[in-house]
Amino acid sequence: MTAVSVQQPLGVASSKGWWARKANRRLVVRYIVATIVTIIFLFPVYWLFIMAFKTPEEVFASPPVWLPSDFSLDGFVELFRDGDVNTVMNSLITAGTSTVFAMFFGTIAAYSLARFKTGGDNLAIWIISQRMIPPITIVFPLFLMYALLGWIDSFHGLILLYTAFNLPYVIWMMRGYIEDIPIELEHSALVDGWTRWQVLWRVVFPMARAGLFATAVFTFIFAWNDFIFALILSRTEVTTFPVQMTRFFGHQQTFWGKIGAMSVIGTLPIFFAVAAMQRFIVRGISMGAVKG
Amino acid sequence: MARVRLNNIEKFYGELHAVRGISLDIPEGEFTVIVGPSGCGKSTLLRALAGLEEIDAGTIEIGDEVVNDMAPRDRNIAMVFQNYALYPYMNVYDNIAFGLRARKFPSNEIETRVHQAADMLGITDQLDRLPRQLSGGQRQRVAIGRAIVRDARVFLFDEPLSNLDAKLREEMRVEIKRLHQDLGKTMVYVTHDQIEAMTLADRIVLLRNGKIEQEGAPLDMFERPVSRFVAGFLGSPSMNFIPARLAAENGQINVAFSDGLSLPMPSDRVSGLEPGREVVFGVRTEHITRDRGANGRAGLASLRVKIDLIQPTGTRTYATFQLAGEPVMAELEAHDVERPGEQLSLFFDMNRIVLIDPETDLVIQ
Ligand SMILES: Nc1ncnc2c1ncn2[C@@H]1O[C@H](COP(=O)(O)OP(=O)(O)OP(=O)(O)O)[C@@H](O)[C@H]1O
Ligand SMILES: [Mg+2]
Repeated sequence: MTAVSVQQPLGVASSKGWWARKANRRLVVRYIVATIVTIIFLFPVYWLFIMAFKTPEEVFASPPVWLPSDFSLDGFVELFRDGDVNTVMNSLITAGTSTVFAMFFGTIAAYSLARFKTGGDNLAIWIISQRMIPPITIVFPLFLMYALLGWIDSFHGLILLYTAFNLPYVIWMMRGYIEDIPIELEHSALVDGWTRWQVLWRVVFPMARAGLFATAVFTFIFAWNDFIFALILSRTEVTTFPVQMTRFFGHQQTFWGKIGAMSVIGTLPIFFAVAAMQRFIVRGISMGAVKG
Repeated sequence: MARVRLNNIEKFYGELHAVRGISLDIPEGEFTVIVGPSGCGKSTLLRALAGLEEIDAGTIEIGDEVVNDMAPRDRNIAMVFQNYALYPYMNVYDNIAFGLRARKFPSNEIETRVHQAADMLGITDQLDRLPRQLSGGQRQRVAIGRAIVRDARVFLFDEPLSNLDAKLREEMRVEIKRLHQDLGKTMVYVTHDQIEAMTLADRIVLLRNGKIEQEGAPLDMFERPVSRFVAGFLGSPSMNFIPARLAAENGQINVAFSDGLSLPMPSDRVSGLEPGREVVFGVRTEHITRDRGANGRAGLASLRVKIDLIQPTGTRTYATFQLAGEPVMAELEAHDVERPGEQLSLFFDMNRIVLIDPETDLVIQ
């Protein structure tokens, strides 16, 4: 008895040490791999940001300059001086407003499709098929229409277009999120005395919160990144930042400082949007609604 | 509180005829259990009653109003769902208060009512927890609490206990029954569990394929089923069914089985039985007992059988034997039979057996 109880701890301790060392080594390898992958993925972002602070000579220097000597803010100053930042504002207005509209109408439409089976399965497919059209194929008919209506180079023109273009996506995504909500939650609220609209507000939105934010972020990004519509349908008043960007590649001169600075500014909203989205995509938000 | 009246309710889901002409009168304050196998239309009927499902024909009355075109919120009913339907983003207090807020109760009134309901259900400690922090039984209590805080006219329950384990289910069954006795409200309870139906109901409505097969007080239905389906559905273990033929012998009528064995019908149960007729002989497990001889009781018919399987439960022992090639289960006393293979004389209580027409599946006798 005593012999066993003395020996056992020894055996356990040594085998434990071996396991611990092995687990440790594995962890180290994992960290190394993760670090390398992170560097590879973050490098372009780093390069983009760093370019914004370089002098024109440094942009083309060989060997490349890894850290600019005196973090020049010239690019940013020029953007503000020449009024280029207004185009970022234009982008914010068109993308932001159209996202709000698309989310509002899209979610209501999605609710109708999901819960009242409006149009059966076919309507939903037809709606998403609208999103698959290559933008370039509709941009010229649109141009003619907008020219006729006098909507070229107007905020409402672009906002309407982005709303229409993103609506199918919102409907499609939100329909899925809404269908995932246990219908009993809505039934229970209806029986409890709420109206349909109140149920939408008090049950469906909170339940689909993660989906709402994720969809809104992507909708915003689609509009934010649009180039082709904005290129054809705007002139000087409502130029968006991607279109403005092309104008920095001049015939005589390319404004590298502006390009770098604008790239940084153009990335920031997306960066913040995704950061905000991460906070809201909390898995298991619906846990406890039903069993399990 | 109110009575509920359904008149010829019809419901189609596309081609599927889910509810077929159901008429039902539920008196005020009664506990009615709608029971039936999966897919027979129980939930559909309950949802129609709540106004969550439109019906294709018929009328629904609550109190003295026809409510067909009334929104669920105006029907003033409360409903408890199978999967609890608690809002995961609200704590227990807010979950229970949700319906009161919808009806614009003043906040001090809400507070008293929520606490009252929580007290009644023993969940006062959990009021500030989220649903996911509760056990299944606690969640179900919250769901019930949400229903009872309002003065609903009618309470609907859709399989509220089916997600709970067996022990908890028994506890909650008692609580629901007590709740009904305390509140005295009209309650309609849907389940596919015949034990729940038997134990809870003032009246059982047995549904099959969207139609009412039989309705009545639990014991009436148990003792006087109208069809093979009802006889087999109520009771656990379920009734034994053995094909047989009626035969006349010495002025009495026997139930004769294909293996040559036969059991005499009591003389007061033979009217209308023509000899030669094919029947299905139905006998409940508890109506087969050990033959201890010298038992002069009328209507007991003895048969010698060989037990081939025994399942002791402690209080009783289920013994299975073959009759006309069909396995038949008897519920004997714990020590009536010790091991399979034993030969045993068993009494069949011929007063309690049923004879069923194999063509129509309706009970003849
Ligand atoms: N929304 C629906 N769309 C189409 N068919 C449906 C719908 N709801 C129910 N059904 C069908 O109607 C029939 C009755 O369904 P119901 O849910 O009322 O059954 P149930 O008796 O409650 O069954 P369970 O015990 O499984 O809950 C089933 O065949 C079911 O498939
Ligand atoms: Mg059901």
